Amino acid sequence: MTRTETLSRLTSAADLDVLKNKVLPRLQVRKDPNAKPYEGVTHNIMICCDTGCTSSGSRKIVDAFEKDLKAKGLDKSVEVVIIGCHGFCEMGPLIVVYPNDIYYVHLTPDDIPEIVDETIKNGNAVERLLYQDRETLKPIVNYKEIEFYAKQNRILLTNCGHINPEDVMEYIANDGYKALAKALTMKDNTDALLEEVKKSGLRGRGGGGFPTGRKWDLCRNAPGDKKYIICNADEGDPGAFMDRSMMEGDPHRLLEGMIIGGLVIGADEGYIYCRAEYPLAIRRLNNAIAQAETLGLLGDNILGSGWSFHLHIKEGAGAFVCGEETALIHSIEGKRGMPTARPPFPAISGLWGKPTNNNNVETWANIPGIIRNGGDWYASYGTANSKGTKVFALTGKIRNTGLAEVPMGITMREIIFNIGGGIQNDKKFKAVQIGGPSGGCLPESMIDRPVDYDSLIEAGAMMGSGGLVVVDEDTCMVDLARFFLSFTRDESCGKCTPCREGSTRMLNILNNITQGKGLPGDIELLEELARNIKLSALCGLGQTCPNPILSTIRYFRHEYEAHIFQKKCPAGQCVDLLTYWIDTEKCIGCGACKKVCPADAIDGNKKEPHVIDVRKCIKCGSCIDACKKQKAISRK
Amino acid sequence: MGSTSPGQTVDLTKLEPVFEKFVDVTKGSLIPVLQAAQDTYGYLPFKALEAIARHLKTPISQIYGVVTFYAQFRLTPRGKHIIRSCQGTACHVRNSARILETLKTTLGVKPGGTTEDLKFTLETVACIGACSLAPVMMVDTDAHGRLRPDRISKILDSYSN
Repeated sequence: MTRTETLSRLTSAADLDVLKNKVLPRLQVRKDPNAKPYEGVTHNIMICCDTGCTSSGSRKIVDAFEKDLKAKGLDKSVEVVIIGCHGFCEMGPLIVVYPNDIYYVHLTPDDIPEIVDETIKNGNAVERLLYQDRETLKPIVNYKEIEFYAKQNRILLTNCGHINPEDVMEYIANDGYKALAKALTMKDNTDALLEEVKKSGLRGRGGGGFPTGRKWDLCRNAPGDKKYIICNADEGDPGAFMDRSMMEGDPHRLLEGMIIGGLVIGADEGYIYCRAEYPLAIRRLNNAIAQAETLGLLGDNILGSGWSFHLHIKEGAGAFVCGEETALIHSIEGKRGMPTARPPFPAISGLWGKPTNNNNVETWANIPGIIRNGGDWYASYGTANSKGTKVFALTGKIRNTGLAEVPMGITMREIIFNIGGGIQNDKKFKAVQIGGPSGGCLPESMIDRPVDYDSLIEAGAMMGSGGLVVVDEDTCMVDLARFFLSFTRDESCGKCTPCREGSTRMLNILNNITQGKGLPGDIELLEELARNIKLSALCGLGQTCPNPILSTIRYFRHEYEAHIFQKKCPAGQCVDLLTYWIDTEKCIGCGACKKVCPADAIDGNKKEPHVIDVRKCIKCGSCIDACKKQKAISRK
Repeated sequence: MGSTSPGQTVDLTKLEPVFEKFVDVTKGSLIPVLQAAQDTYGYLPFKALEAIARHLKTPISQIYGVVTFYAQFRLTPRGKHIIRSCQGTACHVRNSARILETLKTTLGVKPGGTTEDLKFTLETVACIGACSLAPVMMVDTDAHGRLRPDRISKILDSYSN
């Protein structure tokens, strides 16, 4: 596991090339099935230990491999590599065995000895552990042939899940820091670098979609000797984990993008503001910064160019509003993270009053590719006004949860039904929520439109950071709107009245509706409040918080009306409008429901019909799940 | 201010290594200092806040303002194990409300509350980024995914000592 190369300072672009060529042979096993063993290593086993896979138990898989390989005397010839997010979180714990790219899913520690015997020793795939195509039921050996991966276009996530994120050498072997070396040769002509960024058409991936090149230009031209750049890694949208996966899986790409940004903008210092809920991302970034500094790729006199740039990490302390750039800046300064009115824009007066440029993780991470391959290359992906690719986190009631990178302009239907594999348990698709608490939902009639910044705004949603939450027929859209409002209400900083009072007022109305206390006129009142808040709130959080309400009313008005006029929740989700009961004719008294009820609300003697005490019932639905065979319990 | 009892003794020497690390008090070090202090004590005792105010030469009112603004900071002691029930969107649509309801009934505390034996503190969190395993909860640093209400008590039992 430990590497033999020692990190020593690089003083020129040529040094970087030498280092790259030194590392390449040891990674050849992953590219070429006929590669010669390097220092006796014949196999690489890549194990995804991203937050998702770790929760599914991937660390136990690592231990099992290390134990079994040692016992069989293979620990010198097989290298176990811990990788970041491979993307297909639903299949975790998952591994890839090189050579031959054999992909195993849903592993348990008991499977490991068989893999070592069959795959490592005999060179065969273990069929029962392979991914099985959902329709043909045929096992697939190479993950690249799986629809989930085949339909993606991974130009940003190219390393994510394929390299050891804690080893800078692996990044360098994959052309890492080559863009920086190229940029440094042009350090006296940063106009040309900026031109490439402008040409790429890259727009801010944090949600707003402001052209990145133009944003840089503003800060670059602002008067002042001292300038800062910031990476907004405060990924607070519930349901989004793209930035976390990138920081955990390929941290050096973010650093390289920021260093180049510093050079172009004329900043000598940068901050990464990362939420404290991402401890692994913070650890990996700290590690990456230390390695880059040792190699002379960051810090003083980068690659012997005479130019210096320093990076710091600031941990957030749990406030969603700090995703707003002025609030984020105040938080770095150690103050309450409250937004301030713009102008002045941070490009003129930002961190400690100095010109500051702020982009999110995905935006920065796109920069090395653009500088290395040129703006035209990047602009060859995507649509007329939205260039490049976008990373989405697929979650909710979707079969293939995970991380997907697709070119802009693909349809939502392709993302959900091809890459995402459709809806779990063969339920009916109802809507996809995009853009988190600031975004909106798209019903089936809207998912054939191309996904780009402008078409989403037209449809009443927004790109946001890229969280896609798919919901099926069992999800109540009124309750979903209520959920987002309760989130924004809690996260409102309280500085401006429209957001503080308005979100509370809208939440009260939504609470009433979902509790069966809605009144005629509530929908119109919500629409009026929403319009006013959008116009008058101080920052993005307040201005966008009515979006989930407006878009659910736009597409699912009938659900609001059913709650208000019939006092019914069509999806059967709003607990106050539901009661649970046992059909005494069907109940055989098996006691399965009684056993699982966490509230002790079910009573009855063996082999006699049971009853639910509605006063104790917390309406959790466990009993219905337990009574699948007999189907004696229902809610209405 | 806060609910730390006034007579409580707090070992302030534990703060010395924190102060040593943040000698430069000018550049936004308040939040990192508070984070390090909370790591040390498990929460932010009022006496520690006073010491921080003296060290950073910052009014205690300002520090209190920052502490109460951010969700991460706590003014009261917490349980030995922290349960964070995820209420993010992905968990919400996979019925995390059921999980939270069950946790509340099983532990007999509301979110933010600590059991009387100081064993568990129940909190909610708006996404831990393990959406693929929804509904999820974290107990300390372990994530437990694909939860069902009837699995909760068994998971809690495994932390009972």
